[in-house]
Amino acid sequence: MRNPLADKIVDIKPSGIRKFFDIVNEMEDAISLGVGEPDFDTPWRIRDEGIYSLERGKTFYTSNAGLKELRTEISKYIKRTQGVTYDPIKEVLVTVGGSEAIDLALRAMINPGDEVLIPQPSYVSYEPCAILADAKPVIIELKAENEFRLTAQELRDAITDKTKVLVLPFPNNPTGAIMEKSDLEAIAEVILEKDLFVITDEIYAELSYKDKHVSIVSLPGMQERCVLINGFSKAYAMTGWRLGYACAPALIMEQMTKIHQFAIMCAPTTSQYAAVEALRNGDDDVAEMREAYNQRRRFLMHAFKEMGLECFEPYGAFYVFPCIKEFGMTSDEFAERLLREEKVAVVPGTAFGDCGEGFLRISYAYSLENLKIAMKKIAKFIEKLRAEKNA
Amino acid sequence: MEMRERILAIIEKNSRVDIRELAVIMGAEEITIANELQALEEEGVICGYHTMIDWEKTSIEKVTALIEVRITPQRGQGYDHIAERIYKYPEVNSVYLISGGYDLMVTLEGKSLKSISSFVSEKLSTLDGVLSTATHFILKKYKDHGTILHKEEDAREKVSP
Repeated sequence: MRNPLADKIVDIKPSGIRKFFDIVNEMEDAISLGVGEPDFDTPWRIRDEGIYSLERGKTFYTSNAGLKELRTEISKYIKRTQGVTYDPIKEVLVTVGGSEAIDLALRAMINPGDEVLIPQPSYVSYEPCAILADAKPVIIELKAENEFRLTAQELRDAITDKTKVLVLPFPNNPTGAIMEKSDLEAIAEVILEKDLFVITDEIYAELSYKDKHVSIVSLPGMQERCVLINGFSKAYAMTGWRLGYACAPALIMEQMTKIHQFAIMCAPTTSQYAAVEALRNGDDDVAEMREAYNQRRRFLMHAFKEMGLECFEPYGAFYVFPCIKEFGMTSDEFAERLLREEKVAVVPGTAFGDCGEGFLRISYAYSLENLKIAMKKIAKFIEKLRAEKNA
Repeated sequence: MEMRERILAIIEKNSRVDIRELAVIMGAEEITIANELQALEEEGVICGYHTMIDWEKTSIEKVTALIEVRITPQRGQGYDHIAERIYKYPEVNSVYLISGGYDLMVTLEGKSLKSISSFVSEKLSTLDGVLSTATHFILKKYKDHGTILHKEEDAREKVSP
């Protein structure tokens, strides 16, 4: 028999998180801080709208781009949060999670050999999606001393005459880093100068703890060069509903919609009805969850300080990214020993790029009670490591 | 939200959180929190720190009833005087003045149906000004004080990107 597989796919490494997942699952009583989704249930008012839509028999396909009323609400949301106008008919697309939108945006914009700049540590799907789109992924290694923000200099250094697209993943998973307006202005200047495009993944936009999130699309000259990606998973605790969206200039959106139309048809109808309610009446629920995350974030920063564990203060998403270089172990070794000896699961920073070496992703999508127990165990573990080192 | 509203939002759900921890999760100084708590107590904004107990899970028998009470308000005192005569009984848990079809809603805790019915017939309905009562026994508590009374499991995968 001939080899049934495509080399391009076989050559892609499976997600680094998978290996760790298998070890954690062996252990019955492990406390996990490894989850990348909210611990809250979807607010009831949103679930209720989903159920109601089913009762009314709203069980058919929607239009390819999504329910018009949902696209209108998305357009209004971007207008009121970023002051930017997108035409709900031609410039908004409802997708199956933010992840589909990432894939669509890359496929719509890339010609074989084009270079895509991917800052890391970052979410696991940018690099494989770029490869699937026949791009050459070029990694920009973000640095702890810059609080894992992307600097204009780092961007400039990575640009060649083949560079076409920059992926901008902020607020960031796994570091919790944000980009403030002044940081974005410096980036935007380079984007204009070098005639590049931006895929800005803002799925954690609502989970910003310093100031309100600023999108790069709100800066002069940027809207026509950006694909803005967001969704309902993180802000409204709707991960399982699989619903995201993209906003982009009609020129790009027309092509993204074409791929979506042939590959997906349309996003889940029930989820779309629920999402209309989320955007219309969900602000208070989001604020309440944000406040809870923020309290946990402060608790973790305090706990690390007491342990003497180095960690920059992250202002976004629901992750902290402490440094474990003092122990002279790889992230993998540290995470595996922590799991086996104290039964606490965290994700090694290397799951999000090689430059995550020496760091751990700790999620605070858990109750304070849970976090308290876990921090005690981590404190005990690093005491032990320090004692070993000094022995 | 102002500092005091934020404090109240947290301790309404967890009165056991200590000052040190409150200061950490709110990003404030301990002394600020301590002063605010003291002020809230002195002003009577915080009236007590109670414990939510699911008595169903204990061996102690308890019966709770909601009683609708219709009364004739008294000149010069409105409903307050008669409400006071009711709430002074220790077995009375809460007394609310209600708009609508009746006037006071009284919740009552007793050891048995009998103890509750004798309270209603002997004490409550014989009060001057009480026109009628309707007693509803609580069969099961699903949610109380914003807390769902059965634990829900974390259904998430243990590790995800």
